[in-house]
Amino acid sequence: MSEAVALPRPLLARLLRRGEGGFPFLAASVLALVLICALLGPWLTPHEAGKIALADAMTPPAWAEGGSAKHLLGTDNLGRDILSRIIAGARVSANVALYAIVISGLIGASLGMAAGYFGGFVDAAISRLIDVQMSVPSIPLAMLFAAVLPPGEAMVIFIIVLSYWTWYARLVRGEVLSLRERDYIKLAKIAGVATPVIFYRHLAPNVLNMLLVLATLQFGSVIVFEAGLSFLGLGIQPPNVSWGGMLADGRNFIDVAWWLITMPGLAIMASCLASNLLGDWLRDTLDPVRRQI
Amino acid sequence: MTLLRLQQVVCRFHTRGGVLTAVDDVSLDIAKGETFALVGESGCGKSTLATLILKLNPLASGRIVFDGEDIGRLKRQAAKRYRARVQAVFQDPYSSLNPRLKVKTILAEPLLAHGELRRDIAARVERALALVSLPAGAASLYPHEFSGGQRQRIAIARALILEPELIVLDEPISALDVSIRAQILNLLQDLQAELGLTYLLIAHDLALVEHAADRVAVMYLGRIVETAASVELFDNPRHPYTQALLAAVPRPDPQAPRVHGQAQGEVANALAAPPGCRFHPRCPSCMAVCERQAPMLVAVGAGHHSACHLHEGQPAAPAAKSSAGRPE
Amino acid sequence: MLRVQDLKTHLFLKRGVLKAVDGVSFELAAGKTLGLIGESGSGKTMTGLSLLGLPPKPAGRIVGGTVSLDGRELIGLDEKTLADEVRGRQIAMISQDPMTSLNPVFTVGAQVAAPIRAHGLGGDSRRDAAHLAVEELQHVRVPAARQRARDYPHQFSGGMRQRVVAAMAIACRPRLLIADEPTSALDVTIQVQLMDLIERIQAETDAGLLFITHDLGIAARVCHRIAVMYAGRIVEAATAEQLYAEPRHPYTQGLLASVPRLGRRDKRLISIPGNPPDPLALPSGCAFHPRCPHATERCRVEAPPTVMAGDDQVACWLHA
Repeated sequence: MSEAVALPRPLLARLLRRGEGGFPFLAASVLALVLICALLGPWLTPHEAGKIALADAMTPPAWAEGGSAKHLLGTDNLGRDILSRIIAGARVSANVALYAIVISGLIGASLGMAAGYFGGFVDAAISRLIDVQMSVPSIPLAMLFAAVLPPGEAMVIFIIVLSYWTWYARLVRGEVLSLRERDYIKLAKIAGVATPVIFYRHLAPNVLNMLLVLATLQFGSVIVFEAGLSFLGLGIQPPNVSWGGMLADGRNFIDVAWWLITMPGLAIMASCLASNLLGDWLRDTLDPVRRQI
Repeated sequence: MTLLRLQQVVCRFHTRGGVLTAVDDVSLDIAKGETFALVGESGCGKSTLATLILKLNPLASGRIVFDGEDIGRLKRQAAKRYRARVQAVFQDPYSSLNPRLKVKTILAEPLLAHGELRRDIAARVERALALVSLPAGAASLYPHEFSGGQRQRIAIARALILEPELIVLDEPISALDVSIRAQILNLLQDLQAELGLTYLLIAHDLALVEHAADRVAVMYLGRIVETAASVELFDNPRHPYTQALLAAVPRPDPQAPRVHGQAQGEVANALAAPPGCRFHPRCPSCMAVCERQAPMLVAVGAGHHSACHLHEGQPAAPAAKSSAGRPE
Repeated sequence: MLRVQDLKTHLFLKRGVLKAVDGVSFELAAGKTLGLIGESGSGKTMTGLSLLGLPPKPAGRIVGGTVSLDGRELIGLDEKTLADEVRGRQIAMISQDPMTSLNPVFTVGAQVAAPIRAHGLGGDSRRDAAHLAVEELQHVRVPAARQRARDYPHQFSGGMRQRVVAAMAIACRPRLLIADEPTSALDVTIQVQLMDLIERIQAETDAGLLFITHDLGIAARVCHRIAVMYAGRIVEAATAEQLYAEPRHPYTQGLLASVPRLGRRDKRLISIPGNPPDPLALPSGCAFHPRCPHATERCRVEAPPTVMAGDDQVACWLHA
């Protein structure tokens, strides 16, 4: 009886999601664009991302007054092409986000599964570790590591993993705790099915779907986090380009050149929103109950 | 011949509220080929007892002996064989089948776990489905394509596929639609006759138990209060709790005499079980001794045991009956 | 007192129209109990919800029929009138799971007082309503009601919670009480206590009771009349004595033959073959015909009319 009729959805939702359960085409395109930029960046950029041309400094976007078709999204205070820098920044953002999510997912899921399935002391130890980790604010922690470790992408990934693995661990632990009580898992034990097979056949498919959903949802949030670190000067260091770094650079010129922070800001927002929409769609699609109805 | 013997089995859980003794000093024998029923209300420990036999929970003390061997001390190979010889069917046919797997995968799983050859599996699956009167085509469908009764048939097929000797039936029909229950019950009885199975039936429905069981044990708050052959127990219930349970069974007959509840109040919290006889706060015949001392199971007839102070010193016992300790 | 005629409640789903209640008619007199028996999906719960004007949102809609309570037509009343004057006031409900009826963050006393205050029956002051609430709790035999009124629902046992729900239901002395499987989640010894209570309340308040259940034993104990539902229709209705002694419809006959009974040790039950129908793809003609031992060609093609025999009704070609 929980089945409901399809109701008309708000216009924005329809545009972004194309109806109930429809594939979020726009969101997927945005993310695909980010990934293409990350893979093919150097071949796509109209200009070299780091090339300084003081003569062209502070050119507004092409459609604004004084803009030029040469620089579609304008240039910054050193005459560097914003579009090229956003494309180059996509590589850093996607790279950091992918590595950070895969690593924190692996660590978190393993610890969460162990905690949920074995319970007892294992669970107590891992749960306390999660509690401790979650009670430490991530920005001061990042500042600490930024001071100690050599700067670069690896350091950023390390910091992100440190604060993100707990999400996966908590989620997986809770799911495994409830799955463990399902009768079909008890019956598999009763039939003498080995523990690794129970993990692989009954637990993993349920958990994997959830991980995929969470990872997609977090792709955006990790990009924002990385931008925040770079904005604070704790993340990616010049001359490497990152969206957060571009924001930090543009901050000083906010009165005279709005495009300096608007363009990277839009890139961050679009990828975050896209990953959230895609994640929502994945969650609905992979839910066996919703799919069967 | 005794197939399964429980000797002074105790099971405790450590909970936030303290130590919960879910099964307290239970001993019983189940003979090969019979249907032995455990009855009682929620929290009496009957399902926990099943998990002990199925080796899902550890014993705190006592022994469970299956076919002459202590199941707590089995070697690797023997332990694996035990997993094939004892199977279970649970109450909820929805939770019993993994919704992501096809029926053939569900049925093949136990066979694969026991090293069955892949080429034999399809035939075994087909045979198991035939035993529960499902067409062979069912194998390639998913559980959600079946009704509740059909799912329970699949669950029974899974329990049968390893050719077990003992099947634990934990409320096997109580989650099903009324018009389906008799089908499944008849199926289980046919299978028992055909395959020589032994059943441990766990149920709260006394009419079902009287219909299906050869012998019965009544449990209350972790202890067996009365056990006898089914006919004897239902004709001649001796323990006040059994009598109250029987009186409470709703009868599908408007002319049936109106029996009002003989058990007062409610089942106590198992974490704070009453001292002495655990039933005494609800018992209509409670005596002073019942509050202090737990009664032992004593023989009150052939194969009929009951744990109640009323039976002590019988037949003179009724004279000693007193209402002095009756609580309000 | 209550007269339901040709009530139809349909659910409009993505996969089609589910005729949950498809032309149900019955009457219920004050102080009497009508049992509505059926399996899951037979429409018995949906019938109860329809009387309250609460078909499940957004798919459910009452598409036809009349429901009159004390001469007042309820179908078509607007939501505000239903909420102010009917629900909780004239018609109250006791559901299977008391936790869905109780709010975990308010004390039990406050929740029993709520309907009294909402319908302006407890005087103006909060104290008066609270006082009445304690009286209602005493009425349903909650021990130490004065103290327990300050407790929260989770501190009560299942049986006691159901008593609290009963106290809420009768607080405004409704004319009609709908009890939807009120005892199904309880142990048998507690079931008996609750059924005694419901009977006593009903005798005192002279309310009509619509008792929805799948349990033939419980229905036999509490109901004066019984209506058996199958696939959204009443297939048979009769006095309890008549129905259990001489069931007319093959479905009722099958149900009664298939339940184990105390004291009968015949080793084999007579079972109804087949499975309950998919409510979105009901069989043609009589919905029961694929499972019926007496089915004829006519049953396959044409739905049987409901035939009245005195006050009793039956919908089967054997009796047409």
